[in-house]
Amino acid sequence: MTTDASTIDSVRTEEIEHPDTIANQAFGFWLYLMSDLVLFATIFATFAVLRHNYAGGPTGKDLFHLPYVFGETMVLLFSSATYGLVVLAMRQGNKALVLRWLVVTFLLGLGFISMEINEFYHLILDGNGPGISGFLSAFFTLVGTHGTHVAFGLMWMAVMMGQIIAKGLTSPVQSRLLRLSMFWHFLDIVWIGVFTVVYLMGVM
Amino acid sequence: MFGRLSLSAIPFDYHITMIAVGGSILLGLAILALITYYGKWTYLWKEWLTSVDHKKIGIMYIILALVMLLRGFSDAILMRSQQAIAAGTSQGFLTPDHFNQIFSAHGTIMIVFMAMPFLVGLMNIAVPQQIGARDVAFPFMNSLSLWLTAAGALLVMVSLGLGEFSKAGWSGYAPLTELKYSPGTGTDYWIWAFQIAGIGSLLTSINFLVTIIKMRAPGMSLMRMPIFVWTASATILLMLFAFPVLTAALAMLTLDRYLGMHFFTNSLGGNMMMYVNLFWMWGHPEVYIVILPAFGIFSEVVATFSGKRLFGYTSMVWATAAIMILSFVVWLHHFFTMGASPDVNVFFGITTMMIAVPTGVKVFNWLFTMYRGRIRFTSPMYWTVGFIVTFVIGGMAGVLLASPPADYVLHNSLFLIAHFHNMLIPGALFGFFAGYTYWFPKAIGFRLNEEWGKRAFWCWIIGFYLAFMPLYVLGFMGMPRRMDHYANTAWHPLLLVAASGAGVILLGIFSQMVQLFVSIRERNTARDLTGDPWDGRTLEWATSSPPAVYNFARIPVVHDIDAFADMKEKGIVHQRPDRYHDIRMPKNTAKGFVIGALTFLFGFAMIWYIWWLAIVAAVGILITVIARAADDDTEYTIPAAEVEQIESRRYRETASTASSHLSGGENTPEPLPQV
Repeated sequence: MTTDASTIDSVRTEEIEHPDTIANQAFGFWLYLMSDLVLFATIFATFAVLRHNYAGGPTGKDLFHLPYVFGETMVLLFSSATYGLVVLAMRQGNKALVLRWLVVTFLLGLGFISMEINEFYHLILDGNGPGISGFLSAFFTLVGTHGTHVAFGLMWMAVMMGQIIAKGLTSPVQSRLLRLSMFWHFLDIVWIGVFTVVYLMGVM
Repeated sequence: MFGRLSLSAIPFDYHITMIAVGGSILLGLAILALITYYGKWTYLWKEWLTSVDHKKIGIMYIILALVMLLRGFSDAILMRSQQAIAAGTSQGFLTPDHFNQIFSAHGTIMIVFMAMPFLVGLMNIAVPQQIGARDVAFPFMNSLSLWLTAAGALLVMVSLGLGEFSKAGWSGYAPLTELKYSPGTGTDYWIWAFQIAGIGSLLTSINFLVTIIKMRAPGMSLMRMPIFVWTASATILLMLFAFPVLTAALAMLTLDRYLGMHFFTNSLGGNMMMYVNLFWMWGHPEVYIVILPAFGIFSEVVATFSGKRLFGYTSMVWATAAIMILSFVVWLHHFFTMGASPDVNVFFGITTMMIAVPTGVKVFNWLFTMYRGRIRFTSPMYWTVGFIVTFVIGGMAGVLLASPPADYVLHNSLFLIAHFHNMLIPGALFGFFAGYTYWFPKAIGFRLNEEWGKRAFWCWIIGFYLAFMPLYVLGFMGMPRRMDHYANTAWHPLLLVAASGAGVILLGIFSQMVQLFVSIRERNTARDLTGDPWDGRTLEWATSSPPAVYNFARIPVVHDIDAFADMKEKGIVHQRPDRYHDIRMPKNTAKGFVIGALTFLFGFAMIWYIWWLAIVAAVGILITVIARAADDDTEYTIPAAEVEQIESRRYRETASTASSHLSGGENTPEPLPQV
């Protein structure tokens, strides 16, 4: 080995020439989540500005049914817990267990989305759609943006189940499962904000 | 079937527009015919459109920016001509309706489709090489960003011939942009073009931040990064945190227009000032997003052509960081007249004035870098010096405007137009031109013609002063912005001067076209075989020009701020390594291009209410993404033998051009090419 200062010894070169793709992807995904957080913050701020602009329409107190939303919240929080079990099973390399917990998580997520759609459906049916007032526009957009994220998470989860069955727990598949885990827990945290700011403060 | 799209969407009665559309279509057909004639379709598809190589993506970004510069400048010259004519009894040659579309398109294009692609293109070419990396962290995402930006730009171009463009200004203030007041397709074109390009920018920011944080060559600590990498990092951080606000604001406006919501309406609980706040929470950082990389380019150029290390590297880094942070707390100065309390206005006035401090630090750093340097007055240096002189004037006008009482008088007047053009033309555009000239040999392999470059500079700077200094005076005389006609003929003489300035800038653009043409014709006399045409100081000059696909056969080790200058001093440049390794590189893929094309279709369908097409396009995008996600075979290997072959060819070429600085030792600047 030469002591050439413009290059480095081959061992380290190998490291550099194969950058840690999984770590890069995880870091990139973190950055995406941070920017997504800014997106949610913007919508939260908008909701805060418009939350009393009822324009003669119904208020949060009139519309929100807390026990129902609490149930919804519990379903989502449990799905986060079961996703934790997915990651634990993945660490053990237990493919069948990973799939089993993914299915449970998926069903819980689907339950959450269905409850939310049901809530929206009844609000619109009762004539309390997003076009009624600034408050309702902000409500539907904030809750709906979170719901859209969850729906995309579910699609992602379905794709991952297909990939696990087709490819097994390969390193790229594990990397994707970890990022989906970050995404899923992130949506949980955002939902806690939604539950507090929109529903709890709305009926207070 | 076609939503609200019908033959009546073509603006036959706008003759100027129809000529422009006809010209664009003819030019497009001519290019397609030439590609077919020379049988270059396969080459174009395999080497360019599907490429994930950061250098090629950078070149394509810059081509996009230059094309859009021509479009944006056409709008500018139309406005200047109209205002030169439409005084007193004359109505000029543009209808008010058309004039409104022109100024809206001009602003949107220049910021989102000229400045952004230009800076992202330069970042693509320079940043990975400057940090000693082989590509960006996510090469496919890079290609996707490019094609999303191009899809947005194409939407703006299509609006010329189908329907109309927004008439509500580039900032699109609500409630004017609400459906009730802007029922046409113009606002929707503006929304979707902006939104799609914005998502492209967001992906770029994630990509480059990971690249810079994770993929620097060994030894390159943060405080050894080239200054352009620093300013690029600041820009990227601003993009990462500012663009989501724009995304949200535009999405809310979209919901207002498409689903009848009430975010920004002036009835049923909407709040229109919230739009203005959200827009400028993105819009002000955006100004620094376009200016900071140009600051980085000026810093690189001034150090290289003064033959010295940049003066005050550390203070430059901190000044950049200070500007980055301050840019998030000044947005309200765009609407002091909103009527916030004096306390609020004072806060934002002071933070705005504070930005002058780090910017001043930078100006002094550039001056002290030149001080006692061995300055070579190349055209990048011309742009730099022209920038410093002109930018300081604009900066002082900015400090004046930062004072709320003065702003109340000057708000919405031509003084403001003069101010921000005085910041952005020298501050951003001159920097991009300097970077274009500076990195052209690196990206393409030969230098640009210096003589035409200098002519372009003189035309631009003289034209700039002629076009914008009168606007300061007109602002003081009370002339508002965006007037298609004015009764006060006292403004007329100065507007004639401004129009003549636009004419001189046109000569500058003409010179740049001639420069490109002449340089390509005489490329064999200006080839850069050394890889280091300017006696550069940073790592991008250690690769060949144009670089091999992998940039560096062996990743260099960095010991100093100016890593390449340091290697030259130690005489270890171009020392051949004892052996080469296999190199893994990303495979080309068409999926970025496909998603870009589908996104264009999606945007077009949403604008014209063609719901089935929007659904088809959205499903297509989703399927392409899922297909990409399932693809684990995205890289290929260049065997060590092939690397050795490529490198040997390079060493032979380099050896054929005996040049003093290659042998290391004395660091004498290479004599400039005679032109």
